[in-house]
Amino acid sequence: MSYSDKVIDHYNNPRNVGSMDKKDADVGTGLVGAPECGDVMKLQIKVNPQTNVIEDAKFKTFGCGSAIASSSLATEWVKGKTVEEALAIKNTEIVKELALPPVKIHCSVLAEDAIRAAIGDWKKKQEAVRPAAAQTEVQAAQ
Amino acid sequence: MSTDVKTATPTSQHNGQHANPNGIKLPIYMDNHATTPMDPRVLEEMLPYFMEKFGNSASRNHPFGWVAEEAVELSRERIAKLIGASAKEIIFTSGATESDNLAIKGVAEMYREKGNHIITAVTEHKAVLDTCKHLEKYGFRVTYLPVQKSGLIDLDDLKRAIDDKTILVTIMAANNEIGVLQPIAEIGKLCRERGVVFHTDAVQAIGKVPIDVNKMNIDVASITGHKLYGPKGAGALYVRRKNPRVQLVPLIDGGGHERGMRSGTLNVPGIAGLGKACAIAQEEMPQESIKMAAMRDRLKHSIMSRLDEVYVNGSEEHRLPGNLNISFAYVEGESLLMGINDIAVSSGSACTSATLEPSYVLKALGTGDDLAHSSIRFGIGRFNTEAEIDYVADRVVETVTRLRELSPLYEMAKEGVDLKSVKWAAEAH
Repeated sequence: MSYSDKVIDHYNNPRNVGSMDKKDADVGTGLVGAPECGDVMKLQIKVNPQTNVIEDAKFKTFGCGSAIASSSLATEWVKGKTVEEALAIKNTEIVKELALPPVKIHCSVLAEDAIRAAIGDWKKKQEAVRPAAAQTEVQAAQ
Repeated sequence: MSTDVKTATPTSQHNGQHANPNGIKLPIYMDNHATTPMDPRVLEEMLPYFMEKFGNSASRNHPFGWVAEEAVELSRERIAKLIGASAKEIIFTSGATESDNLAIKGVAEMYREKGNHIITAVTEHKAVLDTCKHLEKYGFRVTYLPVQKSGLIDLDDLKRAIDDKTILVTIMAANNEIGVLQPIAEIGKLCRERGVVFHTDAVQAIGKVPIDVNKMNIDVASITGHKLYGPKGAGALYVRRKNPRVQLVPLIDGGGHERGMRSGTLNVPGIAGLGKACAIAQEEMPQESIKMAAMRDRLKHSIMSRLDEVYVNGSEEHRLPGNLNISFAYVEGESLLMGINDIAVSSGSACTSATLEPSYVLKALGTGDDLAHSSIRFGIGRFNTEAEIDYVADRVVETVTRLRELSPLYEMAKEGVDLKSVKWAAEAH
């Protein structure tokens, strides 16, 4: 398997590696994949509840180089975006950016899933903490 | 020419090799179960048979043929000697896959009237498994014996599996992934008692551990050149001639070469090389196997003393001296290979295979898919050095440590989460 320069760069210098406090109401955590499948991604976002802007993102990934690169790139892309904008990120854009071969497309799908799962988790928490505010966000997202 | 050969290193600039500050040439080749670099002495033996001694060994009427035939017969003797056989019992083939096919299909067809049952094991090489599967389509019944956690078959399972229709047992001597050595002598004894032909795919074992076809009651054995520092495309099949005589129906019909069992003009240079490789192994195996095992143990200790949750796959007691197959929990194999890209090794991870399934051999041992994905096979060979072992160990430890920092599974395990109890959302698969 030969990797694109971008995959190698993300593998060698992964961006935004780390973990945030799962219990923080402004933090959303997405954990997708399964060890049996050879890929698990944990992607976390910290959202400003006033602006809905993702102010920080962190990830940890168990998986091949393409999976690491896909999730590293996902954290880069969601940072600074609103939740709605982040939801619009498509796996195909990740495939294109990293020049992933067909057998690695599932890595990009997993990264998209991780973004959605993190946002979903954050929304659920917001509903619990700030029911009204979360309501408007859901409407905004639709 | 011969002086050049003597000074040639087994691997060269063509693999993009360059020297690092410690004087180690990178990349390091440590995948000797896939193939071995050729020993320069083997190449030297082969070279005359490409040009000046180009004759066809089947040409009986002139010296060109005689010279070639002489080389072929010397090779036959050298191979036979290494496994305790007689020269007439060696049939030349193109390699291990052909040898396995000829052995299994050849026996199956020859003994079809006696029975239609074949016994093998789930951890065999695909050259054996797929050949057995092929025969199933033609009315043969195949028992695939399970293996224990050690990777070894249970002899009681074999005993129970043999019935009055069993014509062939085919069990490998050494496994290509985990290097475990099956109890060949015991299997041979059992087969002999029950009057069943015993074939062993011995390609990983020959030249690495002692194999004696008479002491071990082996009837048919597959051999290949490129796993023992010989050339690719040159293999052999040992076929017992007496006590009892084993007969095979050929796969390839033609000029009746090789006692009619394998027609086709012989690959004289390849055969000369295979024979030389066997002669070298015969001479050097006692010391070499000690050296290999010492390097393997050094690698193992160096890695395992510095990393937690590292597991050796398969029996450590019954194992090829140069094999180390280990799983690094919470780290995916392909990403590990990517991190140690100046070292050539293999992984049981699905991501490194064409099938997207993790190693069927590791799965057969009961290794979970997660650990199968995390496995690396180190195949230490004749030309590896202690300095290389130390370099490899350092690089592996450093990369595993880095990837574990990156691994959500390692983090969860350290937090005390039981990963088996987690409900994984694996929709992507």
